[in-house]
Amino acid sequence: MSSGSGVEVTDATVRELCDIAQLAVQLAKAAGADAAEVLVRDGSELTAKVRLGQPELVQEAGSRALGLRVIRGGRRAVTYTSDLRREAIAALCAESVTLADFAEADELALPPDPKLLATSIPELDLYDPRVAEVDAAWALKQAIAGEAAARKADARVTNSEGATWSRVLGATAFATSGGFVGGYRGSYASLVVEPLCDDATDPANPKKRNGYWWTASRFLAELDLAEAVGLEATRRTVATIGSRKVDTQECAIVFDPEVARSIVGTIFSVANGSSFWRKSSYLVGREGDLVASPLVTIVDDPLIMRGPGSRPFDGDGLPTRKNPVIEAGVLCPVLCDVYSGRKLGRASTGSAGRGVGGNPSPTTSNLVMSAGNMTRDALIKSTKRGLYVTSLMGFGFNAVTGDFSRGAQGFWIENGELTFPVSEVTIAANFDEILKRIDAVADDIEMRSSTVAPTFRVSHMMLAGNSPAKA
Amino acid sequence: MATTTALPAALRAPFAPGGASAIDAQLAQRLLGLALEAGGDYADVYFEFRVSADYALEDEQIKTLGRGITLGLGVRVTRGDATGYAYCEDLAWEKMAHAARTAGQIAAGGGHKPVDVSPHTTVALPSFYAVPTPSLVVPAPDKLALLRAADKAARAFDPRIVKVQASFAESIKEVLLFTSDGRQAHDIQPMIRFGVSAVAEEAGKRQSGSGGGGGRYGMDYFAQAKTDAIAHGREAARVAIAMLDARDAPAGDLPVVLGPGDSGILLHEAVGHGLEADFNRKETSNYTGQLGKQVASTLCTVIDDGTLQSSRGAINVDDEGYAGQENVLIKDGILVAYMHDRMSAKHFGVAPSGNGRRESFRAMPMPRMTNTQLMGGKDDPDEIIKSVKRGIYAKRFSGGQVNISNGDFVFSLSESYLIEDGKLTAPLKGVNLIGNGPDILRKVDMLGNDFLLSDGIWTCGKDGQSVPVNVATPTVRISSITVGGTQV
Repeated sequence: MSSGSGVEVTDATVRELCDIAQLAVQLAKAAGADAAEVLVRDGSELTAKVRLGQPELVQEAGSRALGLRVIRGGRRAVTYTSDLRREAIAALCAESVTLADFAEADELALPPDPKLLATSIPELDLYDPRVAEVDAAWALKQAIAGEAAARKADARVTNSEGATWSRVLGATAFATSGGFVGGYRGSYASLVVEPLCDDATDPANPKKRNGYWWTASRFLAELDLAEAVGLEATRRTVATIGSRKVDTQECAIVFDPEVARSIVGTIFSVANGSSFWRKSSYLVGREGDLVASPLVTIVDDPLIMRGPGSRPFDGDGLPTRKNPVIEAGVLCPVLCDVYSGRKLGRASTGSAGRGVGGNPSPTTSNLVMSAGNMTRDALIKSTKRGLYVTSLMGFGFNAVTGDFSRGAQGFWIENGELTFPVSEVTIAANFDEILKRIDAVADDIEMRSSTVAPTFRVSHMMLAGNSPAKA
Repeated sequence: MATTTALPAALRAPFAPGGASAIDAQLAQRLLGLALEAGGDYADVYFEFRVSADYALEDEQIKTLGRGITLGLGVRVTRGDATGYAYCEDLAWEKMAHAARTAGQIAAGGGHKPVDVSPHTTVALPSFYAVPTPSLVVPAPDKLALLRAADKAARAFDPRIVKVQASFAESIKEVLLFTSDGRQAHDIQPMIRFGVSAVAEEAGKRQSGSGGGGGRYGMDYFAQAKTDAIAHGREAARVAIAMLDARDAPAGDLPVVLGPGDSGILLHEAVGHGLEADFNRKETSNYTGQLGKQVASTLCTVIDDGTLQSSRGAINVDDEGYAGQENVLIKDGILVAYMHDRMSAKHFGVAPSGNGRRESFRAMPMPRMTNTQLMGGKDDPDEIIKSVKRGIYAKRFSGGQVNISNGDFVFSLSESYLIEDGKLTAPLKGVNLIGNGPDILRKVDMLGNDFLLSDGIWTCGKDGQSVPVNVATPTVRISSITVGGTQV
């Protein structure tokens, strides 16, 4: 690792962005806005990808953007630019105010009560200067080590989709005409290794089998060793050789943490203030009801130190807090930003997310499904027959009805043992039933990404594979 | 270059001739020289200026108007199979020079002699989307009127429609590209996208439907009755109402009839991605080594065509400076060609096919689809439906995904019907189909004479980059595919 790659984000960077954000708020007010909110982002990326031991791509760049929302007489416009010169910002402000006049007044679309705005920014330890010190040569070395370990681990690995080491560094500042100003910096580094093998199990239809494994953290020292990532990637990939379809049947479905977290993400997509006021969720009207198995508890916690999804304030400038989403199967009051809260006649939960070019909406920070009290091995042992799912494909979820149908890949469980690999099947049930049928939750939780879940089991779902469906 | 005329100054790229930071061949040559200093064997510089706007209606009100501007330069340097990439968002010389040198580092330390930058000649381009008046110059109230018309039409369609959202997005992207081997290209790429979604409610049941379209058009797109705002509003309402009666879909293998147009998404997933040559160069696709072999039923001819007038996937020029073109990929079931970018074309010793595309100046180009089509056959579409005793008729889709390595793909039906004794009967709840690309294409056993290009709604994602594409098919019968329902 060499020193001084010149991309470090300092407190001075954050202050500079805060100044730009405040300047833009003033310029927008001067241009005629009743209220203005400005988000400024400064980020840089380094991506180093190797394949078959050779560098394939080194990408390095920095980027800045400013997002502006103006409100005038309850009319809103949202604009953005990558040109942060004072005259460009002034021009954007003038144009935004003109644009807002074309919208229709929405009395709920007013900024939050200034009394609610965050007055202090908690330090959540989201930035590691060592991540900034990494240069392309060191990143390539890590990727090469990860891929080499994957290829050496098993002779059946005959090819590779490569290994990629990447990092992002960034600073975010937010200022509003209500008086909020705040900023913070963050870092995130990751390594992913993707081996490939040939599968000639069916000589008439030879296939390739791919797989991957990864490590990620805001802190360099918390990353798994590149070699360990490579080994796990190969273990997961070669295990899929000989994958086959199974017969159509109803059976238990066990979700690996890699896919369990996507199920948890799907829960949030139907349990937030925005989907509720839009009535685009099958859960509308069911707060306080049992909507999942009592084994299910999910919280959204933005204040986890070093958490991948942590944030010290939200996209409305409100303080963030830990919020329950589902408690022992009961649907808690849904997470809201200021606007969706008003639409539902209640207060924000401090859950607003905001991008540079859009309105705020409720988003998750660190969404965590609580661990159960059995090991993953014990969970599988207690499963008589079913599918252990390691990956899902497609977008087969209807939020309004809860109908869920997705492609799945994994391993067949017979009498508590993983037996052979399975692919080219779908699993389906109504989401309401899926959540209520969760009958076992393991204790294997690892905080590697902003949404995490342990292994869990759904007592039964319809698996579609070979035949029936005749008459 | 494209012939879009009468663009006001605010919509013209600052790097265009006469702009505030006009880039000429001489300046580009200096940048390319810097990029190749460390020993690269090829470099390109890609300037992009994009102005976009969007309008949204919800609850019978115009909720938000948005506008965005991006400007940047992407610099790519290659040395063998390795690529260095950097970008900047400021066209000040020192920023551009820094990006060029950063990208050039990929070749550092090899002791290579830099290649010379060739003198530039402008690539002569066709014009597949000359828009006399880009929608961005049309006053906002005209577009807001479209949203209101769609909203009104959806609500008027049926009293059970309880919620309507409508949106209109428009952009103009201007690109200017110089390559170290002497190509220079300049293009102006308009795009519009109109969308409506509706929610229907009856006796505690709720269902949603959507409609929409667009492409590389101006406001003239809405002049046709088939694609005006009212038609899109009614279509969203029609789907939502039809789905109110939806019943659980079957589970297991069944014959499937794909409706014309949007079903091309199956083709896009099942074969399209696997024929992108980067996967085949790396031998990671299940179509690797299959050139000249039969990979589909003899009924199937698959063409990727970047030259379809005004289509969402049309390109006058790809993002490496090669003109958009028509490429036959599968002819009567035989795999005849892959889709190439510059790097894969070099690897296979063929001409680039005009498929080197990128999402923006922030990303390197790779082989991508444009307008991917399964060509029409001879069968009467009604006869195709009549030929099925029990199966599924797939009409609208919400998306798909493929695993390139093993060819498994899924696609999600948002509107489908049970076929019983040759007739469409009950609508079915949202369901996924899963199959294996080569396997499914061999099972195509009837092709309709009703070839149809989808209205422009599709966006394709690959390696984190999104590009607009389009698809086309006639009615297609597949003898058997796994249907992911819940009823045995």
